[in-house]
Amino acid sequence: MNGPAQRFVPEPERYEFRATPIHHFELDRRDFFKLLGAGIAVFAIAKNSSAMQETAPGPRSFHGEELPKEITSWLHVGEDGSVTGFTGKVEIGQNIRTSLAQTIADELRVPFESVRMVTADTALTPFDAGTFGSRTTPTMTPQFRRVAAAARDLLIGVAAKEWNVAPEGLIAADAKVSDPASGRSLRYAELARGKTLAQNLPAEDPVTPAAQWKIAGKPVPKVDDRAFVTGRHQYTPDLRPAGMLYGKVLRPPSFGATLLSCDDSAAKAMAGVAIVRDGDFIGAAAPSEREAQNAVAAIHAQWKEGPQISNKELFAYLKEKASSSSEARHRNQKGSVDDGLASAAHRLDATYTIAYIAHAPLEPRAAVAEWTGGKLTVWTGTQRPFAVRDDLAAVFHILEGSVRVIVPDTGSAYGGKHTSDAALEAARLSRAAGHPVKVVWTREEEFTWAYFRPAGVIEVKSGLAADGTLTAWEFHNYHSGSSGIETPYDVSNQRTEYHPVPLVLRSGSYRGLAATANHFARETHMDALARAAKIDPLEFRRKNISDARLRSVLDAAAKSFGWPRKKSQEGQGFGLAAGFEKGGYVATCAEVAVDRTSGAVRVVRLVEAFECGAIVNPDGLRNQVVGAMIQGLGGALFESIEFENGRIKNPHFANYRVPRFRDVPEIEAVLLDRKDLPSGGAGETPIMTVAPAIGNAIYDATGVRLNSLPLVPNGLRWV
Amino acid sequence: MANLIELQVNGKRSLVKYPPDASLLTVLRDELGLTGAKYGCGEGQCGACTVLIGGAPRRSCQVPVSAGVGKSITTIEGLEKEGLLHPVQQAFLDAGAFQCAFCTPGMIISSVALLHAKPNPTSSEIIQFLQGNICRCGTHPRIIDAVRQAAKTMQGGRP
Repeated sequence: MNGPAQRFVPEPERYEFRATPIHHFELDRRDFFKLLGAGIAVFAIAKNSSAMQETAPGPRSFHGEELPKEITSWLHVGEDGSVTGFTGKVEIGQNIRTSLAQTIADELRVPFESVRMVTADTALTPFDAGTFGSRTTPTMTPQFRRVAAAARDLLIGVAAKEWNVAPEGLIAADAKVSDPASGRSLRYAELARGKTLAQNLPAEDPVTPAAQWKIAGKPVPKVDDRAFVTGRHQYTPDLRPAGMLYGKVLRPPSFGATLLSCDDSAAKAMAGVAIVRDGDFIGAAAPSEREAQNAVAAIHAQWKEGPQISNKELFAYLKEKASSSSEARHRNQKGSVDDGLASAAHRLDATYTIAYIAHAPLEPRAAVAEWTGGKLTVWTGTQRPFAVRDDLAAVFHILEGSVRVIVPDTGSAYGGKHTSDAALEAARLSRAAGHPVKVVWTREEEFTWAYFRPAGVIEVKSGLAADGTLTAWEFHNYHSGSSGIETPYDVSNQRTEYHPVPLVLRSGSYRGLAATANHFARETHMDALARAAKIDPLEFRRKNISDARLRSVLDAAAKSFGWPRKKSQEGQGFGLAAGFEKGGYVATCAEVAVDRTSGAVRVVRLVEAFECGAIVNPDGLRNQVVGAMIQGLGGALFESIEFENGRIKNPHFANYRVPRFRDVPEIEAVLLDRKDLPSGGAGETPIMTVAPAIGNAIYDATGVRLNSLPLVPNGLRWV
Repeated sequence: MANLIELQVNGKRSLVKYPPDASLLTVLRDELGLTGAKYGCGEGQCGACTVLIGGAPRRSCQVPVSAGVGKSITTIEGLEKEGLLHPVQQAFLDAGAFQCAFCTPGMIISSVALLHAKPNPTSSEIIQFLQGNICRCGTHPRIIDAVRQAAKTMQGGRP
């Protein structure tokens, strides 16, 4: 899950579009129109595997034989004028169903309401290896824009042929093609009628610049929003196909425990219960959730457990294992750190630590599986429907084409829903029971058997000239990851290394990956350096940054916050932090109030400026930015997974604290709209700078420098 | 074991055959098909399963179905009347006060209960009342705005 395979270059990769048809296109095209009805279709083709590198590491990306592997999105205009966009991306609350439909409507020149998105259904949508890395907007938005432009040209071409005029003089608008010369017009529905016209995306097709967008760039409300406030929307746990049973899995008492013996006779004797034992997998399917629970509870299993480390010795363990392991996976060197340190007027070395945290999506991992003949259909809340399909095919020794994975719009994920666990469990139980089976993880299972944002140790050595110029920067990340590891500051002597460590707890992606850890260490360290040089933290950063976009967000956040501010009471403090990652630029200013007597830390105000190019939907973007700030507050202040001997000690909301209403400060998100730049993703980067801004504010308030995340799980000891 | 239990949910009487100590949430979701109330934790900690029992907000995952007998139960599905959204639902819609929206039914039901008890709550009263409802997407500021807006609408007379 973590490591270089999951790491992407921050710039949008260049998808290559080709007009050349695919050799096995005819067959699929017939299937396509059979499925959707006649009309006009345009396909976006990824010419080679480079376009899919991000999503399909390993040999799968080189198959290149099946159509869905090469087509990355498609669009259909039906005989009734309805427009359907197809993408393998999933909707998990980040609002892409809306933003992609806006883009299509904008470019095709149709009303927003006429566009429907079909997402994340392996039988209907093109291959896509996952919704992560803030990739949907930078990859899918330009793709759909070009696909829509090509469809518009096709429709114009049909009209031109119909009227026997040159297409150049015709105009597409309001779902119609018009001929200003003659005053004639035809609706898209009329033009599509009786056609089965398909085209691959031409190599070059100009699209509408952001400054001229009419539907994109506007705060369009979430598609189907009414279904969410009425409870009508069905998430995976809400599905109940006819004859469905409820599945439960017997979990081992600790991580890595192996099954010694198992007596399931009592459980097997229960009416209507199917028990499955397959290797170390033991589960039950029953007509009700309670009966399934009772059956699992009636199984007497003996496990062999081994000693495992606890979070008390974690950080020493990570350092020890890393130093004995081989080379750093990410390494970057420039100039000579030794020389830079030797010439420094101020030197500062520090170590930072980051705890494991959990995603805790409110919708737990869940799946409903149904076998029909030898074919398997699974509904599941996942960020990687095609990977789940492949896992199911491999595990059950069936063809990928015999597995269909459908992702209902899901109750959030935050990088936590990349694995197939619930899908495999439901499918295994369903195959044995001969009925559809639903598995919904309990909250305790969620906190225990999912995966975590990796913990880490970060060591920084640095040097500063007397005038506040950075002379040396050495940065080592042990285990937590390499995302956002490179400093955005101008330092002529630097060394950056990421040292992987074998997993202690099952770990993986989390919103922003390690960028949060790396920014916490870097921006805390920068604050300490500014203090050492007696320079205002904002001025200090501006002095060492030449990146104009980064300076813009810093200045915007500082302006809205009123930086620099004078303290008006004891315990008040101000801090800031900035950075960029995945094409997004962010700066956060924080105000805290620390109570000297109780040690309670309250975040009073957060102001964050964010810029990710041309904004597709300012309302959705604001939700994402504010949401990331609030989620970041939890990891900053108090979230931490505690573990001992292969057991999670706080697997409940009662003892794993997440941000609640009382924790939420006054929040302001300043969105910079750069219509001259391509649209970037926004799901992750706004989370990165919350923790260091708060930590720096705590220092400003108290003089106590906190180098560990979470900062104040038990309040602050401020003597 | 299973008893015949009579429930009054969203103004409709239903007979269910269930063990009396089964959770109300399970009966609503698995038996009556009212899946608007969500399982978020099963521990009464997240508020996603909140329903109104006799007008009071209750964590239905913690309430045995027997405790619902003889009382009027309202779920998120029961708020919309003849195609017209409840002012709280409308306010959530207008404020865009959701992202993944898994917490939304519980948030709306809790807010309805709050506005019933306190038609004109202060911000801190809203925060206090919703403290038991978790939103992991971080939509809290908009939810507070939505509740405030709903209070205004409702004081002006329910549309």
